[in-house]
Amino acid sequence: MTKELWKGNEALAEAAIRGGCQAFFGYPITPQTELLEYMARRMPELNRTFLQAESEIAAIHMVYGAACAGKRVMTSSSSPGISLMQEGLSYIAGSEVPCVLVDIMRGGPGLGNIQPSQSDYFQITRSAGHGDYHPIVLAPATIQEAVELVYTSFDLALQYRHIVVIAGDGTLGQMMEPVELPPMRIVDEQPPEWALGAAEAHAPRRISSLYLAADALEQANLHLQQKLQTIAAAEQRFTTYAAEDAEVLVVAFGTVGRIVQSAVRLARKQGLRIGLFRPISLWPFPAAALAAAAQEAKALLVVEMNAGQMLEDVRLAVGNNLPIRFLGRMGGAVPLPEEIVYEAQHLSRVAGSSRNGAGRVRSTQTL
Amino acid sequence: MLPNQAASKNGHAPDDMQLVYQPPQALVDMPMHYCPGCGHGVIHRLVAEVIDEMGIRERTIGVAPVGCAVFAYQYFNLDGCEAAHGRAPAMATGLKRVLPNHIVFTYQGDGDLASIGGNEILHAAARGEQITVIFVNNGLFGMTGGQMAPTTLLGGVTSSSPSGRNAVQHGYPIHMPEMLAMMQGVSYAVRRSTHSPAEIRRTKKALRTAFTNQIERRGLSIVEILSTCPTNWHLSPAQALDYIQTTVLPVYPLGDFKSLPAQGEA
Repeated sequence: MTKELWKGNEALAEAAIRGGCQAFFGYPITPQTELLEYMARRMPELNRTFLQAESEIAAIHMVYGAACAGKRVMTSSSSPGISLMQEGLSYIAGSEVPCVLVDIMRGGPGLGNIQPSQSDYFQITRSAGHGDYHPIVLAPATIQEAVELVYTSFDLALQYRHIVVIAGDGTLGQMMEPVELPPMRIVDEQPPEWALGAAEAHAPRRISSLYLAADALEQANLHLQQKLQTIAAAEQRFTTYAAEDAEVLVVAFGTVGRIVQSAVRLARKQGLRIGLFRPISLWPFPAAALAAAAQEAKALLVVEMNAGQMLEDVRLAVGNNLPIRFLGRMGGAVPLPEEIVYEAQHLSRVAGSSRNGAGRVRSTQTL
Repeated sequence: MLPNQAASKNGHAPDDMQLVYQPPQALVDMPMHYCPGCGHGVIHRLVAEVIDEMGIRERTIGVAPVGCAVFAYQYFNLDGCEAAHGRAPAMATGLKRVLPNHIVFTYQGDGDLASIGGNEILHAAARGEQITVIFVNNGLFGMTGGQMAPTTLLGGVTSSSPSGRNAVQHGYPIHMPEMLAMMQGVSYAVRRSTHSPAEIRRTKKALRTAFTNQIERRGLSIVEILSTCPTNWHLSPAQALDYIQTTVLPVYPLGDFKSLPAQGEA
């Protein structure tokens, strides 16, 4: 297989198709729209379902309907659209039907802008709707990784009857890079045993998230929590770069992780031992692996394109064992390798003498 | 002892008698939670009878609303699911698009369809989704205790319009089938009622047309059915039926606002 030059949004769409996506329902929103446009062209060619919904609300409820039929179904959107989808996501989680959601994040709050951002971390990892649950959230740093994650996301969604979110940002959606796409999978599976639409062969099936009695709803929630614990134990994913001997361990996800990789190379040339820990699964967050990786470090630097959202998970993972400094850029600003190195240098200097790094300039926080 | 006395004990007709009436197969034999005098029980039965008579039970999927009919998916002996408030037409769209040979219907109240779900029904209609929409209008939000709905009549006293609905403050009653009749994607948009045996029979006929249209892929069909809510109307069941006739019908006239000729008739 040769590498081809692909735009992120289009590569995500093609990889989802090759992973067996049978139906796509979506609504245009920058910087995600090319994914929808690609689906609009490609799905009918393959005799699969594509429909542009009248809103993100309708799109996610169409996804819900198709998911009830046991189909491999997905939608994609960007931050304000994800806000609108929260209602449907909650019903999908409560009914335990599988679906895949791609979120190509942009700056907020409100209409914000169309520049890259990571400020949906809370809204997609903490619950993505009312009620007690977390979707499975996977954050690729490259188009190649995005392709690989979305390709198998339907299997993951079906395995757990749960929501899988592929969390990228505007950079990932809009940039182009060489990608090796996986082969087309011919999905020829029987509908799952819970799916609607095969009443010839079984007693009526019903899909609902409604449990009127407190006992019944508590039992349903306990079941859901048990499932989430299984997922939490089995699906933690992360990667590291030059982390083994790092004095300053930088924690970053998605495309920021990639920028940190450049910063690590830059810093190492200057003799500064910094490394990267990059969570790939944002939920379940790879807490134990991060705690282990942080053991040899003197300090942690968390870099995000938000005001410090994953930072909370990092602090939960490592506690107060070592100083943590945060560098955040917002509103579409992207952290540069140089400023990451600067923060790491500063942290390296003070980490020996103090448990906390001193405060500095824009968007950085001392914790 | 009369011949049918022995039979009535176990509910089966003896060999020498002909069974002429029984509960529809498409309805589960269980107590419903609806209030006395509520129209939902009658309408459920009509839908079930039509599904039985058309022989489509095993390939029909029902989408229930949020509202009084929230448990409809338990009462119909069919595959079914429960939509979020107002989103049933979107959910039905998703189901129908991936299961095009199945029969998909939504069962929605007036708060669900005409208020929060206005956009979903409008666009399902515009797209001409091959679904059947059963729209039960009792003029208020029943499940939450009788608040004003978009269908509440002017002057109507509800718990959220305690001085009566007035046009200046609350706007006017919404007429869904009349509106949807103007859309090209709609093949059938009618209003029926449950206030008399004759109207109940006409309602059943309309439901049959609506399901037939779906099988023939003629676009979206909507049957609005005027129904009673004695509990929140603060009337007896009998008074509630009279109320439809005397007070609701002048604002919500029965009729066919759109009915494309059946296949072969055009």
